[in-house]
Amino acid sequence: MPSETVHGANTPAPRTVLRGARLLDARGDHGVRDLWLEGGRVEGFDLEGPAELELDASGLLATPAFIDPHMHLRVPGQEEKEDLASGLAAAAAGGYGTVVSMANTDPVVDDPAIVRALVEEAAALGLTRLRPAAALSMGLRGEQLADYAALQEAGAVMITDDGIPVADSHLQRRACEYAVELGLVVQTHSEDPSLRRDGVMHEGRASHTLGLPGNPDSAEAIMVFRDCEISLLTGARVHIAHVSSERGLRVVRWFKEQGVPVTCEVTPHHLTLTDTVWESFDPVFKVAPPLREASDVAYLREALRRGVVDCIGSDHAPHTRAEKDRDVLTAPFGLPNIEVAFPLLYTKLVIPGEITLPTLLNLMQAGPARVLGWPEPTLEPGAPADVALIDLESERPVDPASFKSKARFSPWDGEPLRGWPKLTLVGGRLAFRS
Amino acid sequence: MIPGSTPIDQRPTDTTPRHRHLLDLSDWSREAMLALFDTTDVMAQVMQRTIKKVPALQGFTVGTLFFEDSTRTRLSFERAARAQSADVISFAAGGTSLSKGESLKDTLRTIDAMQADLYVVRHPASGAPLQISRWTEASVVNAGDGRRAHPTQALLDAYTFRERYTGDAGFEGKRLAIVGDVAHSRVARSNVTAWTTLGAEVVLCGPRTLLPDELGERPGVTLTHRIEEAVEGAHAVMALRLQRERMASGLLPSLPEYRQRYQVTRARMQLAHPDALVMHPGPMNRDVEIEGALADEPRSVIEAQVANGVPVRMAVLYTLLVGSR
Repeated sequence: MPSETVHGANTPAPRTVLRGARLLDARGDHGVRDLWLEGGRVEGFDLEGPAELELDASGLLATPAFIDPHMHLRVPGQEEKEDLASGLAAAAAGGYGTVVSMANTDPVVDDPAIVRALVEEAAALGLTRLRPAAALSMGLRGEQLADYAALQEAGAVMITDDGIPVADSHLQRRACEYAVELGLVVQTHSEDPSLRRDGVMHEGRASHTLGLPGNPDSAEAIMVFRDCEISLLTGARVHIAHVSSERGLRVVRWFKEQGVPVTCEVTPHHLTLTDTVWESFDPVFKVAPPLREASDVAYLREALRRGVVDCIGSDHAPHTRAEKDRDVLTAPFGLPNIEVAFPLLYTKLVIPGEITLPTLLNLMQAGPARVLGWPEPTLEPGAPADVALIDLESERPVDPASFKSKARFSPWDGEPLRGWPKLTLVGGRLAFRS
Repeated sequence: MIPGSTPIDQRPTDTTPRHRHLLDLSDWSREAMLALFDTTDVMAQVMQRTIKKVPALQGFTVGTLFFEDSTRTRLSFERAARAQSADVISFAAGGTSLSKGESLKDTLRTIDAMQADLYVVRHPASGAPLQISRWTEASVVNAGDGRRAHPTQALLDAYTFRERYTGDAGFEGKRLAIVGDVAHSRVARSNVTAWTTLGAEVVLCGPRTLLPDELGERPGVTLTHRIEEAVEGAHAVMALRLQRERMASGLLPSLPEYRQRYQVTRARMQLAHPDALVMHPGPMNRDVEIEGALADEPRSVIEAQVANGVPVRMAVLYTLLVGSR
């Protein structure tokens, strides 16, 4: 991943040894070894000599810190929901070394100065690395392209109007054409706005029974199809965010089989929750795209096994508690999850044997790196010292009160999970320690 | 656990479930509904006296909390509370500063400082009364939430049928046809729950755009898009109010076409059971969803529905406030 920015304090990262961890990365299982880090990079396994920081990692998994291609940090302008310090601390607590922040802030991230400020302020915090996405259209209004070259120069790694689907197909086409020559990934929030309308949940048996306005899966499938066709038309690297439905994912798969350069992500919540949670009428479950049916969840999980899904994107979307204490029609879309993403997926998918641990790690390390065109994260000498230490054994319940995120509520409140990160190093520096 | 080893304090002491709230009718048994109808009979007698007031709820405070305007329903509940000597406090929260920018929870907390014993809640969002019930110690009665439920309306509809149907008594073997905009109707959803729980069948009828297939998955419920099929042999036919904005939002082509295909008319009622009643939850668009002249026929019980609103709501308030203590 890009590492030009000096991360954290302006002193060299201490020479560090993680003693007795099980080392696992994209190259395989390296067994129980000592992992040495120096100057912000991996130095090697089982080395000798003095260490400024020595950490007992026995019984823990050491693996490259995760990459999230899809996080809402709410900066600038919505700091009551999240700010850089809280959001990046939350990411570090989730075992993430790098996150891509979305541009639907206030003001919108459509100005190179905002991108530059985000990168600099985040680097100074010494937490998880921030690589901002920039807006696809000025003000996310879906009318005029943003200055992609200048935004990229300032540090933007992706363009997207995420949060608001690009209704105008012509604009989407031109954005893609322009992005190709810059090598920028175009991420799409693929839902047909004229079909989803005022839907607050998935349209199906549950929405009709509960009397809530529904958003059909065809709204997703239709827009995924358009966005994949535009990738084919323009050659742009299109990344479909948060695919939630079987219908939508089947479309992605069909285009992938034809060699169209599209990638996609799924979220932890779409892999673990269904629309029947709406019986509680709790707006914490209100997300866009909506939670689907059990058959969709099963298909998404199957797609993880088949390799159709490129990565996990958290779509961590914090709001204030008061905003989520509104009624279900007026509460905003989005839920916080970055601190529980790995334990949740490890407990719900890996432990029952639905996917393997290497598959899950791939979806959170090499997968998102490939989507963004970055080098594969490994523990090899010379790789950035972005490392997560994870306790796969101890079980503890989700406790939103202890979240680093300002959004201290969770759909999984009280749920016992395993796989909690104990420590996250970013550029060889401690970004999180539990 | 070994059979018969249940500790004494965990054994059910009373088989009648006691309700603290009336949010929808899904947790109300047939017996509970019939018991409520018996209580309603008593309340109806009270309303026929010269002095229409009893001290049954003296000392209780009922708060009406209307986030959506509905003068009829609010007045009906307030009358039901006052006729039992309860104190009434009213919050018209619809579109005022009370709800603007403030979370539902904060609004409720402010109002809850008045310490009402029971809230009657009307809200444009489905589930709002359920949310409110999580944040207060008081009982909550749903007076209509979004498209989801309007339980007192369904209870008074079923009570009116029980009172006015002249054929053989009971709900078993009876069929209710509900015609019109079922998709957006909380009245339809609650009537489906009430009538099927009471043992009747329900036929839902409307154009496909206003009648989701999924509503036909419940046992005792069938769907049809032909009004003749729905009305044929029915013991009660209920026309639902058609909102004019359904045409603007592309759900219906035109009013004349709707009338032609789905209006409940005298001619179509010829197909129904000879004793069939005509019902409408109000407010009625004469000559839109129902032929005006039909609404004035003796078989129409629309006025009785309105009149029964008060004793049914008296019985609901009494059952929740006194019956549960």
